[in-house]
Amino acid sequence: MTYRKILTDGLWQQNTGLVVLLGLCPLLAVSGTVVNAIGLGLATTLTLVCSNLAVSLARRALRPEIRIPAYVIIIATVVTVIQLLMQAWFHDLYRVLGIFIPLIVTNCAIIGRAEAFASRNAPLPSAIDGLATGLGFLLTLVALGALREVVGRGTLLSQAQLMFGDWGRSLEITLIPDHPGFLLAILPPGAFIGLGLLIAGRNWVEARRNRVRGAATAHRAPA
Amino acid sequence: MKLMLRSAAALGLVAIIGTSLLTGVHFVTAGRIVEQEKRVILQQLGQLVPDRYDNQLLDDRFTFTNERYFPNGQPVTAWRARQGAQPAALILKFNATRGYNGDITLLAGINASGSLRGVRVISHKETPGLGDAIELEKSDWILGFTGRSLKNPSSEKWAVRREGGEFDQFTGATITPKAVIDAVRMALEYFETNREFLFNAPADDGGNLKS
Repeated sequence: MTYRKILTDGLWQQNTGLVVLLGLCPLLAVSGTVVNAIGLGLATTLTLVCSNLAVSLARRALRPEIRIPAYVIIIATVVTVIQLLMQAWFHDLYRVLGIFIPLIVTNCAIIGRAEAFASRNAPLPSAIDGLATGLGFLLTLVALGALREVVGRGTLLSQAQLMFGDWGRSLEITLIPDHPGFLLAILPPGAFIGLGLLIAGRNWVEARRNRVRGAATAHRAPA
Repeated sequence: MKLMLRSAAALGLVAIIGTSLLTGVHFVTAGRIVEQEKRVILQQLGQLVPDRYDNQLLDDRFTFTNERYFPNGQPVTAWRARQGAQPAALILKFNATRGYNGDITLLAGINASGSLRGVRVISHKETPGLGDAIELEKSDWILGFTGRSLKNPSSEKWAVRREGGEFDQFTGATITPKAVIDAVRMALEYFETNREFLFNAPADDGGNLKS
């Protein structure tokens, strides 16, 4: 398995949010704004890299019958460490994402990658796989967050100061001035509809690419 | 049998490594986290604190409950600001329980004379775009409380305009401002009848800011 394949799998072919459809609970709950999406996406990515790395390092010692409890301990430890670090150094963001950070433990994508990849691969590919999967999740979160924030509030990157400190205030972009606010996009139904649209969009792009590829090989004899 | 023991040992080792890692990180971050929480509380209290006081405001606080004025068994926190031995002002943290969606947590700064230094919303789950105009970031409605007291306006005028009161309502959301207005009025009434208790009750143990 090449690194290139690992990366394209995580980012596109096996994207957690759009294809495998794991970890939908945090994805739907925290995608109200781009800044929340980036915050949770980065925390999840960091968790994935650390947990994949730890699982891969310990993979020979972990016999099949104890692997699941061991993964749970590893993931819970990583998440709690990240939570404490955020609480100490990114306190304002922590106050926004607060209850969703412990919930990263329950993001089945993480235990899924530990089981499907890290438990049978060397540490470096496992870490890369964690990074790729996490970035794929992050991008999905940001896409959904941007969609909901623009439609719902007419802004992008509002409240960026929570993550980047005071200079973050200047990052806010108002795309639609005097937007009256479109509640449906901000409330939970908007998350479901938006995710549905994103999945449909990805499938459409994928189908087109396959058709183009199919057309390119059409002159050969049918298999 | 031997295999079982080895598995148990491996699992135990994972648990021990995890626990020691957590202990280490907790040790490193604990001080900073307490500091951050203090900073947040100070920030929230900030605008409601009087200009002149000389006690340790953050430590001079206590928590109580009162079902009649602060329903649903909620803990109410009071911070006392004093100048010399004289009470200067009080900041109360309590919930408005009759909002549209769950509790609205409020901070109210009350001068020793009984007038409001101001009110702020700390957290709420009201509808975005409608009820969230109670946030200072969204509108300056909440500033309308500054300087008010039980005599200004008189008790029956503590309501939204639609119901003959002196406070604005929002288009499409009456329940939220009503909940806040009622809760603030109740807090003022409690203050009026329990001034002595509020300023004289002993402070809780300092240090723990997690309330």
